[in-house]
Amino acid sequence: MTAQTIPNAPGATGGGGTSGTATAPMRFGPLRAVRLGLGRIAYETRIYFRAGDTVFFTFLFPIVLLGIFSVAFDGLGNVGTNPDGSGGISQATYYLPGMIAAGILLSGVQNLGVDIAVERGDGTLKRLAGTPLPVLSYFIGKMGQVLVTSLAQVILLVLLSRFAFGVELPTEPEKWLTFAWVYLLGIFTAAVLGIAISRLPRSGKSASAVIIPPLLVLQFISGVYLSFSLLPEWLQNIASVFPLKWIAQGMRAALLPDSFATAEAGGSWNLAGVAIALGIWLVAGLVICRVTFRWIRKDS
Amino acid sequence: MTTSAPAIRVTDLRKTYGAFAAVDGISFEIEPGETFALLGPNGAGKSTTVEILEGYRERSGGDVSVLGSDPRHATLEWKARIGIVLQQTGESGNVTVREQLTHFASLYPRPRDVDEVLAAVGLEQKAKTRIKSLSGGQRRRVDVALGVIGRPELLFLDEPTTGFDPEARRQFWELIRSLSREGTTIVLTTHYLDEAAQLSDRAAVIAAGRLIDIGPVDELGSTEARVPIVRWRDGQGGHERRTAEPARLVAELAAALGEPVDLEVIRPSLEDVYLELVASVEEVAA
Repeated sequence: MTAQTIPNAPGATGGGGTSGTATAPMRFGPLRAVRLGLGRIAYETRIYFRAGDTVFFTFLFPIVLLGIFSVAFDGLGNVGTNPDGSGGISQATYYLPGMIAAGILLSGVQNLGVDIAVERGDGTLKRLAGTPLPVLSYFIGKMGQVLVTSLAQVILLVLLSRFAFGVELPTEPEKWLTFAWVYLLGIFTAAVLGIAISRLPRSGKSASAVIIPPLLVLQFISGVYLSFSLLPEWLQNIASVFPLKWIAQGMRAALLPDSFATAEAGGSWNLAGVAIALGIWLVAGLVICRVTFRWIRKDS
Repeated sequence: MTTSAPAIRVTDLRKTYGAFAAVDGISFEIEPGETFALLGPNGAGKSTTVEILEGYRERSGGDVSVLGSDPRHATLEWKARIGIVLQQTGESGNVTVREQLTHFASLYPRPRDVDEVLAAVGLEQKAKTRIKSLSGGQRRRVDVALGVIGRPELLFLDEPTTGFDPEARRQFWELIRSLSREGTTIVLTTHYLDEAAQLSDRAAVIAAGRLIDIGPVDELGSTEARVPIVRWRDGQGGHERRTAEPARLVAELAAALGEPVDLEVIRPSLEDVYLELVASVEEVAA
């Protein structure tokens, strides 16, 4: 048995002990919070891809669904054809915006909502609460993990749809500009809302059961799996309160031909509405996070 | 900096849940560099007290100062000076031991070297193993490693050696002694009285939310509680007598009875003293 000792100040250039306070004042400022946040992104992303179930249910799920839809509905022919049956777009093209929107919801809200609730339940957050990790760094880590994994997911979705399912992607730069801002606004809103709703499950074990079903319902009423115009008006109105409907609408505006705008509620893409609705949810989510986030439930 | 400032000062600490007082007016001080053990039965209020000191729980009354600050208003600077080994862990552990230590080291301004900490807790061979694949005792060592990686001035250890085999426990004791030699202040909560006797300079016994004794481990309890006991057997059955002069009693017995049957001279251990202390409180409460 070797003697167990930890030498003082390994690798330190100074003599150690007494010089500890010399450079203290600036050390715990916002720069440090950002630096630690970037470190957390790498750490969180690595862990994300090691958990097989989350990779399947949040990362690969939209990709699998797009494949199923494009194969299953292929026999129905194109969508939005001319009266003589020509033209229109393939089923895969028609479903791609919805799958991207679903991916944003899953990678942001579902992933973080469940993840953080589990971390609160299993003691991860309690341990972090005892370290000098700023809450901001933790948030940066989570948001960054969402952004990295969701970007990978979207790129995979777009590439697969283009090369495996023959989807015709738009060529106009304006369309891709719309895609970019709807995506970024959507993913940040989804990530913030994921952090916010992680407070709802009362234990880590119940997290999936509390968070996943309402999100599934939301996907069905927001024009992801079912065409939005098929829904009764009252259901459309309910869905319009929530952000997913607006993300899906913005994605349709970016990826579908402009002739499809007439099928939207109000007969136009209403991108201003998309920006306003998502902007309100983003701000509301940030406020909720700021006010309600605690490392642990004190005195529970 | 004043040399006499205690590392921890607790004055009339109270914590109530409705009408129930989990901590009912506790006061003590811990000096810098001291290793201090908190002893007491389950539900006595030890963990509540420690969690208030760590900043995890709000108190209902009294004053607390830890490293000169009120843990209620814990800052990041304050947290960087403290190490915490919590009682329970259940993290999913999809990271390797080395990744976890490296990550936690990055959170502190003056961390210890990851390899040295790995060696100190005896996990060099497990550095590349994911934490979820470790045994309970090995995971506990990871907890300890994470508690000391930030080079804390003050280390809280809540039941640190639960699940350790005897060899691992002795290895852990050596680690704690080496931290203590470097000047780390250590607050140890434990069920193992031999652990408290091995490691701590002073100990406090808490029962029913009150501090019932405090002092150097070998001075705990009443003087009577530490008076040796002589036991023997004769024609009338078993006898037991407490005496400060056991040798004299044994000599008298030998003179009177010849070689006494089942003769024992017992010096009450910390455990005996402790059990007597706790029993006296429970009698009062009953």
